[in-house]
Amino acid sequence: MKFNNLTIKTALEGLRKKEFSSVDLVNWCFAEIDKKNKELNAFITVDKKGALEQAKLADQKIKDGADLPLLGIPIALKDIFLTKGLRTTAGSKVLDNYIPQYDATVVRKLKDAGAVIVGKTNLDAWAHGSSGENSDFGPTKNPFNEKYVPGGSSSGSAVAVASNLSLAATGTDTGGSIRLPASFCNVVGLKPTYGRVSRYGIIAMSSSMDSIGHFTKNVEDSELLLSITSGKDPMDATTINHASSKKPDQRLRIGILEEYRATFETDNAYIKAIDILEKNLRAEIITVTLPHQEYAIECYYVIQPSEVSSNLARYDGIRYGNDRTAFGDEAIRRIMLGTFTLSSGYYDAYYKKAMKVRTLIKKDFDDAFKKVDAIIAPVSPTPPWKFGEKINEPLKMYLSDVFTVPANLAGIPGLSIPVGFTKNTLPIGMQILGPHFAEKTLFAIGKSYEEATREEAWRKILPKL
Amino acid sequence: MKPVIGLEVHIELKTNSKMFCECKADYFGEKPNSITCPVCLGLPGALPVPNKKAIEWCVMLGLALNCKIPLFSKFDRKNYFYPDLPKGYQISQYDQPFAINGSLKIKDQKSKIKTIRIRRVHMEEDTGKLIHEGDSSLIDFNRSGVPLVEIVTEPDFETAEEVKIYLKKLQQIVRYLEISDADMEKGQMRLEPNISIRGSKKPYKVEVKNINSFNFVEKAINYELKRQQEIIEKGDTPVQETRGWDEKKNQTVSQRTKEEASDYRYFPEPDIPPIRWTTTEISDLKEKLPELPDKKLKRFEKEYKLSSYDNEILTRERPVADYFEEAVKVGKKHKVPPKQIANYLINRKPDIEEVLPAQLIQKIIQSSTVAKIDEKELDKIINEVKKNNEKAVLDYKNGKEQAMMFLVGQVMKQFKEKIDANLVKEKIKEKI
Repeated sequence: MKFNNLTIKTALEGLRKKEFSSVDLVNWCFAEIDKKNKELNAFITVDKKGALEQAKLADQKIKDGADLPLLGIPIALKDIFLTKGLRTTAGSKVLDNYIPQYDATVVRKLKDAGAVIVGKTNLDAWAHGSSGENSDFGPTKNPFNEKYVPGGSSSGSAVAVASNLSLAATGTDTGGSIRLPASFCNVVGLKPTYGRVSRYGIIAMSSSMDSIGHFTKNVEDSELLLSITSGKDPMDATTINHASSKKPDQRLRIGILEEYRATFETDNAYIKAIDILEKNLRAEIITVTLPHQEYAIECYYVIQPSEVSSNLARYDGIRYGNDRTAFGDEAIRRIMLGTFTLSSGYYDAYYKKAMKVRTLIKKDFDDAFKKVDAIIAPVSPTPPWKFGEKINEPLKMYLSDVFTVPANLAGIPGLSIPVGFTKNTLPIGMQILGPHFAEKTLFAIGKSYEEATREEAWRKILPKL
Repeated sequence: MKPVIGLEVHIELKTNSKMFCECKADYFGEKPNSITCPVCLGLPGALPVPNKKAIEWCVMLGLALNCKIPLFSKFDRKNYFYPDLPKGYQISQYDQPFAINGSLKIKDQKSKIKTIRIRRVHMEEDTGKLIHEGDSSLIDFNRSGVPLVEIVTEPDFETAEEVKIYLKKLQQIVRYLEISDADMEKGQMRLEPNISIRGSKKPYKVEVKNINSFNFVEKAINYELKRQQEIIEKGDTPVQETRGWDEKKNQTVSQRTKEEASDYRYFPEPDIPPIRWTTTEISDLKEKLPELPDKKLKRFEKEYKLSSYDNEILTRERPVADYFEEAVKVGKKHKVPPKQIANYLINRKPDIEEVLPAQLIQKIIQSSTVAKIDEKELDKIINEVKKNNEKAVLDYKNGKEQAMMFLVGQVMKQFKEKIDANLVKEKIKEKI
């Protein structure tokens, strides 16, 4: 049996048909982790003992005929999801030895669905970053070329799925932290609508934008996972129960953006994807405009650090082991930036103004979605870059999120799917954005794109690691 | 030089659960840190979910204080560092509180009516408690997250007496609404007057914190007024600062100077969606308001024709007023008039938790059943009492009403049974 090609769906079938056990699957994950993690650095913590216990339990349940949607499936968690009794660091030395007392709602839901947690994946500390280089536990490597960044902040999760260290992995997306690494690692990444998935038990970065999603090998798995993680949580007042808006019955109208200009290769892949959707989905392609997009990064880099400065206040050295000197440069930068923008005398000029711009950006999308059912766009203006290229220039790094942050400001869902590779064999991704709660439409578009490109040569490209 | 005094009052609500989590809100006497959870401990990843009942009660208090209830309201984060604040911020309300622009009428001892304007009524969470033991400081998070309502007045008070009357009335209203016991000793009601005197060279304000009794607030204000007056008379301006009340020294002491306002970096709480009311929801809450003390007092005056003293005592606490009215209903069937019930309640102070209103009426009937007495014997006894108490008789003749009461008592003492005091009084009068 070749485990490498398994998706959640095919693994569930294999388990049901007794082609292999959950223990087999989990052992295979650990074999891959043992083989590759030293180089990739995708995991901060691996929980072999716990995972094998869960896998044995899952196998017993399978034997007993239990019917759980993820029974026996190995899943990795971004190390910002609290796991009861299992160290959770947020990628920061501040929480080097923090053992949570409770499971995040999503973690509980995954466990209840029968998933086996293999470990906790690497990330930019506190989810601050686009390259993974801000992790206090060392950067995660891009499995297609170890000299290149895997994208951040959910670097380890994207890599874990790309390199078969796990069948799926969770992530958080506050300004692109799922979509960007997904596009850099040739996997599918979903940033759900804000409010669709509970944030309870996930260490907060920017509370008004943190979206809880995941990485999978294909769109079908992404949809399956969302069906488990989503729903109103009595512990998170911003969640609501909302059925996915139905995929429109008539001919799909897909919006494309003139504002988003990427590098030649990324643009080419994007243009090719437009053609494919037009032909295979018989979609109507309409050019739309988002006039306030040019202010998105500035707006985001006022609101986000403001919330960060408040959210990180509790790590004051009194309760969580390490004191504030353990904060890295990027966290300190954001704490200072946010403290400044919220200070009296500056609040109106920065925070309040940014909130007004945010409303305009939201309205841009509302207007656009009156004309189209979804918008497709490149995820990143560039393919993966080399380690060290941007790390000393924060503003340059911030600009890599220019196409992703608008969705977070507006709270809309975005699905990042692979659309090809550069000449240098580095992955390129495309994002499908939709109105609030229109994940079904995004999945439908994503699936039909996968269908249409299944036999293309780039689909056969495997990571070096 | 006119005193200018404003008040901030914090009141803990007696909801079942805390403001943002399911922990029990009543922490009194509990083992430290025994009623906590990830939310009120501010653990990583924990999120606040607002207590609907607490919000409704806050709005009801606003309505009881004649406030406007804006249809849009929100929570904000007040960022500051203190060890009893585990999140590094307190969830409070900044620029859009639940209730604004209200008023409360108070009546001073000379029956002069004055209106105190209420600036705002808002909702927030209580903090943990620091306990200092020897060299170490301990933190108890049982109180962390208990719902707290803050009522802020305009600086409309001119005397400590007015402040005290206002506080008593506010406490009475809160108890009428049954949203808090407002027990000062348990810290359920906390007072912070800000005091200044108009006429100084520069404007300033002195805040006095940590006052836990109405008497202390009176003393603290009077102490401050005197202290500040002396400074101003010397041509200086008192320092803008926060002071505390020292019970032992009977004086206020400087705690920290406030050269400028602290910067709390308020911003809208992103974890809690804003609150949008419909006018129907607000009018429904208004419906739910019980009859408030002023209204009840007026109705009692009209309905029961009691003395204003009686009315005041009977309406001071809602359970007593309710009990009285229950008893009046029963009394009506047995021809026991409200005045008699009021007298019995006020003078004998029966335990209204124990004695049912119907039982009370029975007791009143028993105690007032007048034994038939022999007229001749009464005459004889009155004559004896007159003879033995010549001074009292003389006093009465000189207009001392108390002397009559004494004589009546002396006569009644001679009877084993209870006899009608009014009858005795009339008889004595005849004979003097």
